[in-house]
Amino acid sequence: MATYSTNEFKGGLKIMLDNDPCSIIENEFVKPGKGQAFNRVRIRNLKTGRVIERTFKSGDTVEGADVVDIDMQYLYNDGEFWHFMVPDTFEQYQADKSAVGDSIKWLKEQDLCTMTLWNDSPLSVTPPNFVELAITETDPGLKGDTSGGGGKPAILETGAVVRVPLFVQIGEVIRVDTRTGEYVSRAKEQ
Amino acid sequence: MTEDWQPTADLSQLKSRASLLAAIRQFFAQREVMEVETPLLCHTTGTDPNLAFFRADYAGTTPQTLFLQTSPEFAMKRLLAAGTGSIYQICKAFRNGEAGRYHNPEFTILEWYRVGFDLQRLMDEVTALLTGYLTAFFPELLVERASYRDWFLRYSGIDPLDFNAPVYRAFAEQIGLPEAAELCGDHHALWLDLLFSHHLQNRLPVNTICLIYDYPSVQSSLARLHPADPRICQRFEVFINGVELGNGYYELRDAVEQEARFDAEIQFRTRQGLTPVCKDRRLLAALSQGLPDCSGVAIGLDRLLMVAGQAQDISQVLAFPIGRA
Repeated sequence: MATYSTNEFKGGLKIMLDNDPCSIIENEFVKPGKGQAFNRVRIRNLKTGRVIERTFKSGDTVEGADVVDIDMQYLYNDGEFWHFMVPDTFEQYQADKSAVGDSIKWLKEQDLCTMTLWNDSPLSVTPPNFVELAITETDPGLKGDTSGGGGKPAILETGAVVRVPLFVQIGEVIRVDTRTGEYVSRAKEQ
Repeated sequence: MTEDWQPTADLSQLKSRASLLAAIRQFFAQREVMEVETPLLCHTTGTDPNLAFFRADYAGTTPQTLFLQTSPEFAMKRLLAAGTGSIYQICKAFRNGEAGRYHNPEFTILEWYRVGFDLQRLMDEVTALLTGYLTAFFPELLVERASYRDWFLRYSGIDPLDFNAPVYRAFAEQIGLPEAAELCGDHHALWLDLLFSHHLQNRLPVNTICLIYDYPSVQSSLARLHPADPRICQRFEVFINGVELGNGYYELRDAVEQEARFDAEIQFRTRQGLTPVCKDRRLLAALSQGLPDCSGVAIGLDRLLMVAGQAQDISQVLAFPIGRA
């Protein structure tokens, strides 16, 4: 695997740190007037999701991490593993609970998501920014209410719980922003 | 169509730069300090292992490598030795690889030397220059001075003059820098650089010109050692709101000691596998001839403009930072 010098550090670069694959978030060049230059780097550990800060001496090198993002279709869950497929090649991957993490509550079978692979093994799954899911359970709708102020909880077909406006009813399909977990709108009529 | 022909600084920042340059020239004219110019392209460069330089190919009758200066210091000292009296210069300096929020590889420096001034007197003049310019931007600007040791002790509890690796390591761990021990090992100056830039610099008071003086001798650079205590040297740095603006010395005049420091730096470069450099024999010759008793300081003008204009990135005060140069 390639090595990278601190001069090449920039957001999104994948490196190995403490034997874990990490992604650089931000790199700040720090130099006392007449002293040694450092790079103060914010890094996300891609296995744990934790963000840490770490200082390097400028010019030091670190090993790159073999991490790639691939769009895949979510197929099904067999009780233990979640199965995904690369649409172009039909290549399949199975991800365990730690890799799918919280993303699973947004994934409907056949939906496309982004799988992050490390050394060709699933590391994490990122759902699309917006998903459209049907409501399976919520309090009865109130006719005439359009303000949406306050709202009510609704359970979606994947098990996710989202606050929705009072007028939205069981069986309706809604659009949700997975980054914030918030209701966006009713899905457009098919 | 690409937009990258345009300046990154807005017009008001370019105007601020013009007024700053005018204010500086007026300041020194009133004090009868002479403006000088020295070459940006030089036959040699500094030996400082922490400064990376740019090279240029000169294609004259005897082709040779020239260097873009990392600071005008050596050439200005040659002028001082030639008897100019107090001088100042506003020029570009170049440091290879230094790019970031507060760094552009090419930057503007104000450097001046005061014959007959000790360090405290030069610090008075730095304060006068900075307050004169900055009061328009900071109505309640304060000034504070502290010795490096007092200030370091106050915010860390550890003594910067007494290197004790386990004590330093424990402090680094306490402030969330567990990697420090591996980075710095038993290199005292490196420890000080790390703790200073990562922790202490952020603790400087706001809206205040801070002058920190009497640096540890392991960071003496071209400053004279203190006659009463060789563990400290007569050097200061000036900061505003945690941003380092400048570095000043009671200048070393001893050609023999200067050459010894060059040799030590050259050896250090060799050990670290850094690009080899030659000593500036013309500076050493000038020092042997006799440098007048003087203090000198360099101020980064781009950073001063950043602080005055509350810019978050140096590109906001430069017409064309390196990405658009």
